[in-house]
Amino acid sequence: MEFTNMNRQLLSKIATNDQHGENSPYFDGWKAYDKDPFHPTQNPNGVIQMGLAENQLSFDLIEGWIKKNPIASICTSEGVNKFMDIAIFQDYHGLPEFRNAIAKFMGRVRGGRVTYDPDRIVMSGGATGANELVMFCLADPGDAFLVPSPYYPAFARDLRWRTGVQLLPVICESSKYNFQITKAALEEEYEKAREANINVKGLIITNPSNPLGTTLDRDALKSLVSFVNEKKIHLVCDEIYAATVFSQPNFISISEIIEEMECDRNLFHIVYSLSKDMGLPGFRVGIVYSYNDDVVNCGRKMSSFGLVSTQTQHLLAAMLSDEEFVGRFLAESSKRLANRHQIFTKGLEQVGISCLKSNAGLFVWMDLRPLLKEATFEAEMVLWRVIINNVKLNVSPGSSFHCVEPGWFRVCFANMDDMTVDVALQRIRKFVRQGKEGEAPVKNKPWRKNLRLSFSSRIYDEAIMSPHMMSPHSPIPHSPVLVRART
Amino acid sequence: MKLLSRKATCNTHGQDSSYFLGWEEYEKHPYDEVQNPSGIIQMGLAENQLSFDLLESWLANNQDAASFKRDGESIFRELALFQDYHGLPAFKNALVEFMAEIRENKVSFDPKKLVLSAGATSANEMLIFCLAEPGEAFLLPTPYYPGFDRDLKWRTGVEIVPIQCTSSNGFQITESALEEAYQQAQKLNLKVKGVLVTNPSNPLGTTLSRRELNLLVNFITAKGIHLISDEIYSGTVFSSPGFVSIMEVLKERNCRNTEVWNRVHIVYSLSKDLGLPGFRVGAIYSNDDTVVAAATKMSSFGLVSSQTQYLLSAMLSDKIFTKNYISENQKRLKQRHEMLISGLKTAGIGCLKSNAGLFCWVDMRHLLSSKTFEAEMELWKKIVYDVGLNISPGSSCHCTEPGWFRVCFANMTEDTLNLAIQRIKFFVDSITTNNNQSHHKSNKNSRRKSITKWVFRLSFDGREPDER
Repeated sequence: MEFTNMNRQLLSKIATNDQHGENSPYFDGWKAYDKDPFHPTQNPNGVIQMGLAENQLSFDLIEGWIKKNPIASICTSEGVNKFMDIAIFQDYHGLPEFRNAIAKFMGRVRGGRVTYDPDRIVMSGGATGANELVMFCLADPGDAFLVPSPYYPAFARDLRWRTGVQLLPVICESSKYNFQITKAALEEEYEKAREANINVKGLIITNPSNPLGTTLDRDALKSLVSFVNEKKIHLVCDEIYAATVFSQPNFISISEIIEEMECDRNLFHIVYSLSKDMGLPGFRVGIVYSYNDDVVNCGRKMSSFGLVSTQTQHLLAAMLSDEEFVGRFLAESSKRLANRHQIFTKGLEQVGISCLKSNAGLFVWMDLRPLLKEATFEAEMVLWRVIINNVKLNVSPGSSFHCVEPGWFRVCFANMDDMTVDVALQRIRKFVRQGKEGEAPVKNKPWRKNLRLSFSSRIYDEAIMSPHMMSPHSPIPHSPVLVRART
Repeated sequence: MKLLSRKATCNTHGQDSSYFLGWEEYEKHPYDEVQNPSGIIQMGLAENQLSFDLLESWLANNQDAASFKRDGESIFRELALFQDYHGLPAFKNALVEFMAEIRENKVSFDPKKLVLSAGATSANEMLIFCLAEPGEAFLLPTPYYPGFDRDLKWRTGVEIVPIQCTSSNGFQITESALEEAYQQAQKLNLKVKGVLVTNPSNPLGTTLSRRELNLLVNFITAKGIHLISDEIYSGTVFSSPGFVSIMEVLKERNCRNTEVWNRVHIVYSLSKDLGLPGFRVGAIYSNDDTVVAAATKMSSFGLVSSQTQYLLSAMLSDKIFTKNYISENQKRLKQRHEMLISGLKTAGIGCLKSNAGLFCWVDMRHLLSSKTFEAEMELWKKIVYDVGLNISPGSSCHCTEPGWFRVCFANMTEDTLNLAIQRIKFFVDSITTNNNQSHHKSNKNSRRKSITKWVFRLSFDGREPDER
C-alpha cells in the first residue's frame, strides 16, 4: 500500500530494524524443512529437523504422571474446585506452592548440593523473557555484556533488541582450548571494551553450553567468579540445560561456587527454564533467580510482563512437588539422553565424523572441518546447503552461533524417535561415503548474494504446518557479524 | 559504577502510588466472613468473579479439553512442544470470533492480524515499543488506569501526557482537551506518537460515545498519529448505550483504504470479560502488517501457555457457551452495579452514570474537608483504615478533580458487598453526626473508636474488635 512508507516512519526503530535477528540466511534451512518435512510413512524422503533443541525423549513419563494425578489440573472433575482461585490469582509473586516446587526442583537437579530460596524465584515468559528481564535490570541502553562464543543465536534478540544492550563476543578457540573460555580471552575483550569507552556491565554464560553441550569445570567457574568479582561486574548464568547432563563430569552450578568463594553475591544471577530439562517449551516457564535483593524486587515487578499462566503454575507445582516422580524423571531422562547421544556419536564415528566431547545438552557440536573445500565460511555455507538440499537434514551452521572457526555444525538429537535417528545416520553415512559435496548442484555465487534469497520474514510467517508436525518457533540466529568481519 | 540499570533504581514502575499501598494494607488485614469479619474489604481490585459457575459447568461437560485430549486422543506432547509465536491457530480463530460476538458481529477480525501476549499488561507495553521511541509521548485521557504508568512508560522510556477530562461533562473527551494535551506535549518538547484510550473506560465504567470516537479519528488523522484502543472491558457492557468499537466507526467512515486504517490498534484480554487474569491472555490487533510482524516477534518475551491456549480455544469455540456466557455475565454485572449505586444513594453518595466495567466512579467530593488532594488522601485513609474498605482514590488515576473514588463491585459475594455498603452508610452518618456536634469533641481518636465499634457490631461475632 502506498501509505505504508509514511506509516513506517510512524513506527519505532525497534519495530522496523532487523535487530530481532530473523532476516538471516539461516532460515533457508527452516524453509526447506517446512516445505518438505520428514515423515516416516507419508514423506520418508523429507528433510529431517535437526536444528531444533527440543527434549522429546521423556514425555511418556510426564503424561503418565498427569493421567495418574487428575487433581493437578483445574479442569478435571477432581481438580475443578480450585478453578476459580487459580484463575483469578495474578499476584506476580506466583503461587507459593509453585515457587516452592521450582526451588526444590532446582536443588534436586543440582544433586541436592545447593538449596534455593523460594522468595528469590521470579517468573518470566520462558528463558527468552528471563534473559531480557535480567538485562533490563542490570544494564542501560548502550551498556555491554560479554558473551563467550559460540553462543545461542537468539541472544542477539533476547539480550539486545528492546534493551539496547550491546553484546561483546569473547572468542573461545577450539584447537587449543576445546572452546573453553579462558581468563586471558575475557581480560582481552574487557580491556578492548574499556579502551573503546564501552561500559561493560557483566558477563553472560550458558552452562551447560549451547551449542557445545559441555559443562564448565570447577576451576573454570572459579576463575569466572574471581574475574567478575574483581571487575565488579555481573555474572548471569543461563543454566537451562542443567538437567540434560547425561554423563561425567557432573554439573556444577554457579550457586555451588559462590558458596565456596569470597565474593559479592550481589553480582550473581541465574536464568532457568523448564523448556529443555523437562521438554515443556510450550508452557513458557522461565525463572530468574538472583542473589541480589534489588534485582529480585525489580525483576518481580517486571515479571508482570511475562507471568506464567496460573493453570500451568498449578499443574507444575503438583508435579514437581512429587519427590518420587522427580527423582525417577531426572534419572530416566538423563539415561535416555545418554543413550541417544551415544547412538548418534557412535554412528557418526563409524564414518569418520567426530564431535566435540560433550556430557550435556540436546545436541552435538559436529566437526565437519575435514569436509570443507577450504577453511572459510563460504565453504561452510556451501557444505551447509548441500546438507540441507541433498542430505536433507536441517542442521545449524556454526557461523550462526558466531563460531570463529568454519566447519562446525550443531546437530540436535533429542527431538525425534529412534527410527528417525537411524534414517538420519543412514543419510549421513551415504553422504560421507559417496563424497557427495563435489557433485552438489550448488550455485557458484558468492555466499553474500545468497543472503537475500527471495526470503522474507513474511514467507516464514506463512509456513504451512503439516498435519502431524507443527512448525516450531525457531531458534533465531543473528546475521553472522563475525563472518562478515573476517571475509 | 552503578550496579543496576536506571530502570531498576527509578520508581517509574509506579508501585509507590497509593493504588498499591491500599492493596498492601488490605493484605495485612483482609476481610474474611468468618476469620476476620472486621477486616478490610477489597474494593480496589477490578476482578470479575460473578460467572465462574458458568465456566466450571462448561468444564464439567467438556472433559476432553480439560485433559489435553482432542477427540479422545492425547495431544499433550503437541501442546508441550508448541511454542510458535504465531499462536495456536484454533485459539486465535476462536478468540477473534469471540471478540466479534461481543461487538454484536458488527465488525469481524482477521486472526492473522492478532498477536497474543501475556496479558493486556504485556500487550500494551509491546505496542508502545512498536510505536514510539524513548522520550516520545502518548496522550491519555484522565482519569486512567494507574498501571499504565508502569505498562506504557517504565521500560519503554515513553512519556504520558494527560488529556484533562472533567466532571463538567461526565469526563468525556473534548476536542479542546485533545488540542490542549497536544500543545502541552509540544511545550514539553515531547513528540506525540499517539493517543491511548480505554473503552469501556477504567476507572469511569463508561463507554466512549460515537461522538468521542469520531473526534478521536479526526484528531489522529489531522495529526498523523496512532490510536490505541484498550478494549479489555468490552464484554462488561451491561446497559445502554451499547459498546461501539473503534473498528465500527472506522468502517462507518469507510476508512479501510486510508492511512488512518493502519494507525488504529486494539488491545484485548480475557482477564476482565472472562474473569481469568491468572491465565495471562492478552492480544494486540492491528491492520498494520509491520506492527503485526514486529509484535509477533516481540511476543516471544511473553507467549501464552499452550496449555491455556488449548483450553480456551475449546471453550471459546463453543458458540452456545459463549452466547450464554456473554449475556448472563452482563446481566449479573448490571444487577451488582444496581446494588452498589442504590446503596450508595441511600448514603447520599452519587456515582458517575455508567454502563460498563467492574466498578463505579464514586463522587465523594461533598465529604472532603476541602477541595484538595490532601483532603482526598485524608478521606481515603479514613476509608481504608477506619471504615475498612480498600477503594482507589482518584488521584492515583490522575484525576484532575479531588473527591472521586473507584469502587469495585464484582470481586466479592453479595453479602460482602452489602456489608461494604452498610459500613459506608455508618461512616457517612457518623461524619454528619460529628459535624453537627461541637468541634472540640470530634477529634480523630473518638471517631476511630466509634467507627471501630460499629464495624465490630456489624460483624455478628462475639470477638474483640481489632486494635489497629
